[in-house]
Amino acid sequence: MSWLARLGRAVIGVLAAIGRVAIFAGAAIGHIVRPPFYFREFGHALLAIGYFSLPVVGLTAFFTGGALALQIYAGGARFSAESVVPSIVAIGMVRELGPVLGGLMVAGRVAAAIAAEIGTMKVTEQIDALVTLSTNPMKYLTAPRVLAATLVLPVLVAVGDSIGVLGGFVVGVARLDFNAQAYLENTVDFLELWDVLSGLVKASVFGFIVALMGCYHGMNSGRGAQGVGRATTNAVVSASVLILAANFLLTEAFFSA
Amino acid sequence: MIELSAIHKSFGGTPVLRGVTLSVPKGESCVIIGGSGTGKSVTIKCVLGLAMPDSGTIRVDGQDVTRTDRDAFLARFGMLFQGAALFDSMPVWQNVAFRLLRGTLKRPRREAREIAIEKLRRVGLRPDVADLYPAELSGGMQKRVGLARAIAAEPQIIFFDEPTTGLDPIMAGVINDLIREIVTEMGVTAVTITHDMSSVRAIADSVAMLHDGVIKWHGPVSRLDDSGDPYLDQFVNGRAEGPIEAVR
Repeated sequence: MSWLARLGRAVIGVLAAIGRVAIFAGAAIGHIVRPPFYFREFGHALLAIGYFSLPVVGLTAFFTGGALALQIYAGGARFSAESVVPSIVAIGMVRELGPVLGGLMVAGRVAAAIAAEIGTMKVTEQIDALVTLSTNPMKYLTAPRVLAATLVLPVLVAVGDSIGVLGGFVVGVARLDFNAQAYLENTVDFLELWDVLSGLVKASVFGFIVALMGCYHGMNSGRGAQGVGRATTNAVVSASVLILAANFLLTEAFFSA
Repeated sequence: MIELSAIHKSFGGTPVLRGVTLSVPKGESCVIIGGSGTGKSVTIKCVLGLAMPDSGTIRVDGQDVTRTDRDAFLARFGMLFQGAALFDSMPVWQNVAFRLLRGTLKRPRREAREIAIEKLRRVGLRPDVADLYPAELSGGMQKRVGLARAIAAEPQIIFFDEPTTGLDPIMAGVINDLIREIVTEMGVTAVTITHDMSSVRAIADSVAMLHDGVIKWHGPVSRLDDSGDPYLDQFVNGRAEGPIEAVR
């Protein structure tokens, strides 16, 4: 019976972890909507999460858009459908690759940074110091970061989408002999507003996940350098897995006929 | 007046505090001594609400700390942490003026900065330290900044957690003297935890010895050397032999 007990303990452990994250998420949202608001912290978070992630998200999108154009051209050539390159690149970027890859890149960059910063603050008693200075750490550290990531990731992904389409355009025109004007017309004609909006909604959810995981693992960091290291790893891994899972569920909700 | 009565606290089934009872009258400087891991830090964390006692009551000026408005309660406290616990994302003056830049005690930035510089001067630091970041300071300077932050909002009660740990003997003496001066001149109630006997003699009006999760001895600092308590005696004289078992 010992394997049954072990299985049971594992299941209870997973459920307890889900419960803890859900309570943490609820508390974070509660602090976002209730004053006092820390605008300066929010501004810093916008800058750190949004602005400083632009290069990595932009580069990722550019190369992905280019590779996508090559792949679709090669695949389309099998049944003489090379002309679909502009529209499929655009749809693929804005619906799926823009938000998912943008989310994953930001997870690697931002979730790790948040977890390491808050984890170090916990280990060096800075979180306790905040409490003794009459400042709620959830309100001061978590709420601004979660709100900033939720709001700024759609903007970041919108920029990334445009750069991705540009990557496809550059490859299409320079390597695949597309006419520049026809490529752009094709892109615009076949793209619907909902394609773009659905991607931005996804991005917003991914932003929430990234900051939440960074803050959760930072706040629950173990002692010492090892504890902070583990918190950082857990933040990136859990944020990435949750982004992919949420992407499937959102795609299912938005596009299953 | 701080009154702890029968405080119990366990971590993961291991009891740390087993009925701590202690009272510190208003304006008195009480030093809690005891070996590492005897629950000194946990005791003051319980008073501040950073840890919840499993049982027992803590009253500050007659009010139960678990049933009071936390913001108003904490606004009366200052705390110097063992590692100073300065916020390394902001310059020194913003650390010192943290309380004055937000919340109920918020002042205009310029005024908050002026107060911060005045407090830095009080702890012996020049105004040009104000714009440095904590990582650029030595351990002793960080402690001073931590001290300036603890007194910035004119608290009535100050806690000092191992104020001299990690400092050289001269700097430890400087910090001890500073603490004594500040406590006397501000007329605050002070609770210090330490295992540094030079701190005890410099800072204390009264001394409480914590061992095995209870207060073994509590009395005036003048009785330190003739207390007749074997536990205190062994600790004060730093003897390996005695009722307190030393792990070797």
